[in-house]
Amino acid sequence: MTVGSMFLAILPQMGILVLAGLILALDLIMSEKKHGVLGWITVIGLTLVIILDLSIVMPNLTATLGQGESQLIFGNMLRVDAVGIVFTILFVVGGIITVLFGMEDENLGKKGEFYFLLLVSIFGMTLMASSANLIMLYLAIETTAIPLYILAGFLVHDNKSVESGIKYLLFGALTSAIMLFGFVMLYGFTGTTQLYELSSAIKTAGLSSFSLISTVIMVLVGFGFKISIFPFHFWAPDVYEGAPSAISGFLSTASKAAGFAVLMRVMVVVFPDIFSSWSLILAVLAVISMFFGNFLALSQKNIKRLLAYSSIAHAGNILIGLIVADQSKFGLTGAVYYLIAYLFTNLAAFGIIAIVSKNLGSDEISAYAGLSRKSPGLALALLITLLSLGGIPPFAGFIGKFLVFTAAIDAGYLWLAIVGIINSILALYYYLTVLKVVYLYRSEDEEKTITLNNNWRLALIICSVGILVVGVVISPWLSFANQASLAFLGG
Amino acid sequence: MQFPILSVIIFTPIIAGLLILIVPKERKELIRLIALAASSVVLLLSFIVYFSYDKSLGGYQFLEKASWVPALGIQYHLGIDGMSVPLVLLSGVVVFCGVLVSWNIDERPKEFFSFMMFLGASVLGVFSSLDLFQLFFFFELAIFPKYLMIVIWGSPKTREYGSMKLTIYLFVGSMIALLGMIAMYTAFGTFDLLELEQAGFAAGFQKFWFPFIFLGFGILGGMFPFHSWAPDGHVAAPTAISMMLAGVEMKVGVWAILRVGIILLPEGAKAWAPLIFILATINVLYGAVIALIQSDFKYVIGFSSVSHMGLVLIGLASLTEEGILGAGIQMFSHGVMTALFFSIVGMVYDRTHTREISKLGGLIKKMPWAAIGFLVAGFVSMGMPGFSGFIAEFPIFMGVWQKAPLVAILSIFGVVITAAYILLVTRRVFFGELATEYAEIKPITTMDKIAIGLLAIIMIAIGWFPALIEPVIQSSVSHIMTLLGGI
Repeated sequence: MTVGSMFLAILPQMGILVLAGLILALDLIMSEKKHGVLGWITVIGLTLVIILDLSIVMPNLTATLGQGESQLIFGNMLRVDAVGIVFTILFVVGGIITVLFGMEDENLGKKGEFYFLLLVSIFGMTLMASSANLIMLYLAIETTAIPLYILAGFLVHDNKSVESGIKYLLFGALTSAIMLFGFVMLYGFTGTTQLYELSSAIKTAGLSSFSLISTVIMVLVGFGFKISIFPFHFWAPDVYEGAPSAISGFLSTASKAAGFAVLMRVMVVVFPDIFSSWSLILAVLAVISMFFGNFLALSQKNIKRLLAYSSIAHAGNILIGLIVADQSKFGLTGAVYYLIAYLFTNLAAFGIIAIVSKNLGSDEISAYAGLSRKSPGLALALLITLLSLGGIPPFAGFIGKFLVFTAAIDAGYLWLAIVGIINSILALYYYLTVLKVVYLYRSEDEEKTITLNNNWRLALIICSVGILVVGVVISPWLSFANQASLAFLGG
Repeated sequence: MQFPILSVIIFTPIIAGLLILIVPKERKELIRLIALAASSVVLLLSFIVYFSYDKSLGGYQFLEKASWVPALGIQYHLGIDGMSVPLVLLSGVVVFCGVLVSWNIDERPKEFFSFMMFLGASVLGVFSSLDLFQLFFFFELAIFPKYLMIVIWGSPKTREYGSMKLTIYLFVGSMIALLGMIAMYTAFGTFDLLELEQAGFAAGFQKFWFPFIFLGFGILGGMFPFHSWAPDGHVAAPTAISMMLAGVEMKVGVWAILRVGIILLPEGAKAWAPLIFILATINVLYGAVIALIQSDFKYVIGFSSVSHMGLVLIGLASLTEEGILGAGIQMFSHGVMTALFFSIVGMVYDRTHTREISKLGGLIKKMPWAAIGFLVAGFVSMGMPGFSGFIAEFPIFMGVWQKAPLVAILSIFGVVITAAYILLVTRRVFFGELATEYAEIKPITTMDKIAIGLLAIIMIAIGWFPALIEPVIQSSVSHIMTLLGGI
């Protein structure tokens, strides 16, 4: 690729870095009072990044592919493909919504570091999605994770938050080290760190299946942590509960999506010959995650923990798409679509939790009693969100679930689809129970209406519209997901 | 381009539902009027569609097609045939009467009427769908209104249990059916019902996947042994929702067994018909016997629905012209009948605040219209000539006799038991001594009278002029028999 088009390809990344620097500088210069502006600057900046991505980077990619040039750039560190573009947009949208939810919070949005850390993390995520090299991958993962550790523990005066930050750090560091060891083994066996050369190098090296599988498992430790599946999920309930709600939302959606992007790319590109082996491992883990997540969510009294366990189960669902990817063209498409749907849905969920927590001071499910009378709009948004999580039309969650199950049946994995539907039924039970509390149960303080500030309103509207649009107007997002899926598989 | 009447029928309630959500909750009269206006429009249009259906032409009419997700072979495809057009009319009638009967609901009418509109749109969409994905999409749309309407406005002691039981059971059913539908899609790459009809699935495929469809939708239709959600759910629900659930939603289940199961997988249907016969006969008998021993007025009607759905199922399982014709008429007739039953139960409860049969009595003195309405519905339930029930049940038994005489005999016995519990309940509740505490209860409102009148007239009209419904359904039955390969 020409130098010019190489830099065009990383325009979003550069944009995000520039924005981060700008925020940091403004934070230093501006007085404390004016800090609310930082939030809006971030939102506008990120929106510009999306526009750039769609209007410049995408045509650039098409041009590159058209001319048959290599998609690997910057010393084969990054790959320019639909995965990068689609996931970048996903992360940035997630960032915008998170900023909107966290903006007015004195402990969160009024501090410039919040935006800076978030932006650096997003930057890391976009690199994760485009990495073509093990070293780049590791750097990107750490760039993403470290700001998130800090963001989880951002509320320094809240013990739970600090605890969650430290827990996240320790778990992350441990799993990251194991994964790095896996990468080292791969390099040691093959002599290359290029993702796109590894699979042929592995074949040439003639590894025993024991060494290969152990390497896979070590790598999966790190990826499994990022997507919070069993048995690497232990951090999730405590971290989601302790972290500021807007951050929990970001963790459960964007960070998970980044983890999935990396998982899908590495497994499909580096280990295609042992697809059935690792997909079996993942299938077992997915099934356990789904049942485990849903059963434990049933007994939760704290809504953040409930959503944490539910997100473990959802990760299991998304994995189904990857597990059947070699036998069904719907597999990865379904997984990516699910991630898009899940982004809007879970960000909305944690955003609503942030709003309720601010106004009513509690994250217990019982505190949501009478919400439909205190704020019918908020209750309606929660209804849309919970039903989308349950996979009910006309909301986005349904299409994601539908595609993943279609992939499973298409690939002949009926048993996996049956596990999926059993889990959908379990999950619907606890989502409906929350809805029941919101709509049926009464509370003493029903006259206390909840007013929504502008940024919350905007965020809720974006999410609700997003959930509905992704659920009804399916074709455009399906085509995005499809292109990403083809790019994963080598296109 | 012809007027997209089916789309208008489906989207009018959706728009009304959204409008009601915007209206401030204090403007209760406006909310009720919007709901009434929307349901009147739907009623009128559904009458128009029904009577404009060309019986001599048959087939699918009022077609509308638009591309939705071409990459997945999903289209926005509407159309009705002789089997579904009476059900569209039924939905219109029941929603309209439901609005009338709920006119005086004072507790959060905004959410109530809004959800009711979405529920109505959902069933109308299902019956008009010619795309399998779209059918499922509309079908699942009903889940949240069903749950919320029962849990918020249902009877206080049982609503939490009844609503969750109903919703989870029906969700289980829909998930099982979804697997079957996905399997059909992956086999042929299209969701279009018309294409799938001609697709010709392999016999082994059909025999494997038919149970998914008939089990999944059968749960919705209240098929034994998965029927227990129906009495608990219907009794816990507020009146209008009981009418919608028992009157229309259960029909969605059995109709979908026909439309998605029998029509698309005929070999599978033939293979599994004996099992359906067995389960459906148990429905008829068991439902009737349990109804006989109930002490709660509403539970009698709830179990009676289970019993009558059994009759529809045996008609379908017979895979004969008469059987399917009868099943089609029974779906419509039972829908109207049970809507009438539940509406009257609701009127009685609103005034006496009890559903215990032992505490009720002599109500004809205070609510003569309601009593007569109940009698009409009762006669339909017994299959008395002169009412639509007979017009439905006679062909069912003719069809079933050809295939499984024992089933016919047992089911007719079920009809006898039905007569027993209907007459018993009627006598105990409406005739006899009027208890002193009911001496001052108010008579029923004008809205209630309109609802009772409309429902009763429909059933009597069909009883005397079966030509109002038989030819319409018959035009599709011949098509179905061709697909079944003339057994």
